[in-house]
Amino acid sequence: MSDQKLAPMTEPETGALFDADLQQAISRRAAPRRPGPVSNATMFGWRALLKIKHVPEQLFDVVVTPIMFTVMFTYLFGGALAGSTIDYLQFLLPGILAQTVIFTTIYTGVTLNTDISKGIYDRFKSMPIWGPSPLVGAMLGDFLRYTGSSIIVVLIGLLMGFRPEAGLAGVLYSMVLLNVFAFGIGWIFTTLGLLMRTPGTVMTISWIVLMPLTFASNVFVDPATMPGWLQAVVNANPVSHLVSAIRELMAGTATLSGLLLALALPAFITVVFAPLAMVLYRRPR
Amino acid sequence: MTSPLAIETRQLVKVFGTNRAVDGVDLRVPQGTVYGVLGPNGAGKTTTLRMLATLLKPDGGEALVLGHNVATEAAAVRQRISLTGQFASVDEDLTGLENLRLLAGLLGFRRRDGRARAEELLQGFGLAEAAGQQVKYYSGGMRRRLDIAASILVTPDLLFLDEPTTGLDPRSRNQVWDIVRALTRGGTTVLLTTQYLEEADQLAERIAVIDHGRVIAEGTSAELKASVGTSVLHVSVLSADQREPAARVLREQLGIEPYAEADPTALTLQLDDTRHAPRALNALTEADIPLRSFSLGQPSLDEVFMALTGHPAEPETDTMEVTA
Ligand SMILES: Nc1ncnc2c1ncn2[C@@H]1O[C@H](COP(=O)(O)OP(=O)(O)O)[C@@H](O)[C@H]1O
Ligand SMILES: [Mg+2]
Repeated sequence: MSDQKLAPMTEPETGALFDADLQQAISRRAAPRRPGPVSNATMFGWRALLKIKHVPEQLFDVVVTPIMFTVMFTYLFGGALAGSTIDYLQFLLPGILAQTVIFTTIYTGVTLNTDISKGIYDRFKSMPIWGPSPLVGAMLGDFLRYTGSSIIVVLIGLLMGFRPEAGLAGVLYSMVLLNVFAFGIGWIFTTLGLLMRTPGTVMTISWIVLMPLTFASNVFVDPATMPGWLQAVVNANPVSHLVSAIRELMAGTATLSGLLLALALPAFITVVFAPLAMVLYRRPR
Repeated sequence: MTSPLAIETRQLVKVFGTNRAVDGVDLRVPQGTVYGVLGPNGAGKTTTLRMLATLLKPDGGEALVLGHNVATEAAAVRQRISLTGQFASVDEDLTGLENLRLLAGLLGFRRRDGRARAEELLQGFGLAEAAGQQVKYYSGGMRRRLDIAASILVTPDLLFLDEPTTGLDPRSRNQVWDIVRALTRGGTTVLLTTQYLEEADQLAERIAVIDHGRVIAEGTSAELKASVGTSVLHVSVLSADQREPAARVLREQLGIEPYAEADPTALTLQLDDTRHAPRALNALTEADIPLRSFSLGQPSLDEVFMALTGHPAEPETDTMEVTA
């Protein structure tokens, strides 16, 4: 651009701003017609996209651990656990997919809390925009993160030899289910993000909750091989229900009852935590 | 529904636990002027501003902003004000241009108009070169200017600037001052808070001095100075060990308590009558205390603050803005 070359002129030695440009910049500007809620939320969605573009690490950070698990478990224990590494991968990958997306939900709370602690929400809240639009727009970013991280995991799986019997459709249905599940449990982290003082605390608490939840599940091994008391725990774990539903979707054997069971937890959390989050969000600080 | 006052508060109160952060503040800010709220750290400046900008609910009293009650007509207030907070509220991960385009979009600018407006502001604020860089790489001064640009995409009738130059180098400070002056020429009322007396003196037509959540003085800079005494006498002795004897002589001869400046050789006296000055000079000469300098002048705002509160206003160490 030609005015790029002129730019240094705007900051001469004295530190004064280039007067004509300054006058032009501060000349009176009337407000355009106030946009509706959809437009506001879309802008926040665009912001979430930009953040993924500028900070792509946020996608890779969350998939590194699951990928390590996939490789390690498949090649180290696959043979012992399922007879062959390929058979074990068929069993493991849907579980890892669930684990990845569940870990990704942590970012929902962390990004929200970062915004709040940096004062950016003060600006949004003092603007004449639809109140919940920052939260709604952020969800669009969340969906992209969930989808992005699951695509990475599925691709690695395919490279290692994972072959879903239900083919592409199975993968797509699984992703939809994962998004809905993550949207639901995301409300917990949104609430945490609104309550905690620092992004670090949100992160720590989230891990403390999610680690046992994903490990005491059927992600890595079939609960049939576990002692009775542990079987009871694992079978009651909502993460197990999600993993079972994804295995069935990938295998083309999904049942309505299995899907409903998987969706019970996110539905419950949405009903309880979404209104709570909205109240917390609106509360003047 | 226009009021001749941009801001009018009556006994505004905000309590945090047992801390009365804002303790009965009365402000009357005329439209079209720069109004300065001057006070040390913790005086309650930010809390007052956040209440006026509808970000915080007052616990008592009343505030009208551009004729609208902040408690009951928050939406109407938000339509016409803009706030630049004490700590930059721009997105560090986004570029300067993206930040402004995002906010323009939220305000209802169409895509192309928003981009044009953003570029115009970046150009005017000396940020054209940095437009495509992520804000995390901006200097403190650049961040500040972007932050102000973000507040005036649509020209507000009233702009709140919370400590706009704290931690900035003199050059960046001048640039912010230029922007504020240009804005008021365009008809925007600016309410700014500051810890710097010089800044209030330079920019503000009227100043409210606040301390511990209360307004302790209000007026033009000249009025504040006049309220302290007609003039101030600055005396500087040759060496630090002569300051105490000089202070004793002045106390005895004039009956005024000298104030010891940070400079170990300097003393300041508030005179309510300029005729005391020759008497002071005579007394010091008779006591055989040699002087490096002796001058009579208007009190600085610093001295005003000292006289009003009994403690200096400037922070002991400059609170630098944390820049990553
Ligand atoms: N959110 C808050 N919770 C509790 N105390 C607060 C809060 N914000 C400010 N305070 C307290 O209120 C007082 C005034 O703070 P503030 O308005 O930030 O002062 P200033 O902006 O003049 O430095 C201080 O004692 C501060 O500790
Ligand atoms: Mg403050």
